[in-house]
Amino acid sequence: MPRLDPVNQYEITQIWPPDLSPEEYQAYLKEFEDFLQKNGAKILNQEVWGLRRLAYPIRKKLSGYYVYAEFQAPASFIKALRRYIQLRPYIMRHLIVKLDKHAIEYNRRRQEKLKAQQSISEV
Amino acid sequence: MSIDKDLGPAPSNPALAILSGTRQRKKFCFFKKSGIKYIDYKDPDFLLTFVNEQGKILPRRVTGTSWKYQKRLARAIKRARHLALLPFVTDNLK
Repeated sequence: MPRLDPVNQYEITQIWPPDLSPEEYQAYLKEFEDFLQKNGAKILNQEVWGLRRLAYPIRKKLSGYYVYAEFQAPASFIKALRRYIQLRPYIMRHLIVKLDKHAIEYNRRRQEKLKAQQSISEV
Repeated sequence: MSIDKDLGPAPSNPALAILSGTRQRKKFCFFKKSGIKYIDYKDPDFLLTFVNEQGKILPRRVTGTSWKYQKRLARAIKRARHLALLPFVTDNLK
């Protein structure tokens, strides 16, 4: 029997240090996107929340730079992603969540809402 | 059986309700009522309504949340805590 490797939808939130330069953020983001695309993951949605106040200090820092992404990938990709995160000490915190059908539906509506808000602020 | 029928519903006693304190409204599960199927950890402002001033998760007996959604709510709050969107412990959260 072949080993099962189902394709699922996931989301990941990362917290990066607040004291990096804009170039570094750009570079890290690019690196992350490249890693996803090269390993068979498809990015569905990406959001940079930017600097936010932390509810409690992490590594003696009171704020963090939040990066969020939704992607579709085979289950075996998650292991590689965990390794990728471990090898990058600048990632202060991360959370990978597998999305069920309710979560996918919720995220779709959330995205629509965000888009609507954006278009209002642009006008 | 027929005796029960003849007696009808027990007479309501307003004085008893006053004596036993204020008459409480029936609690209900917020998530069942509003049709929410997925509780998001990315929305800390919403989760704040199910947490007390110290950041503790409120029990079901206070909020009326059903067992199914209490489990999901707890998971969402714990995820939010991990990402420092909610505190583990504080004072005067609200």
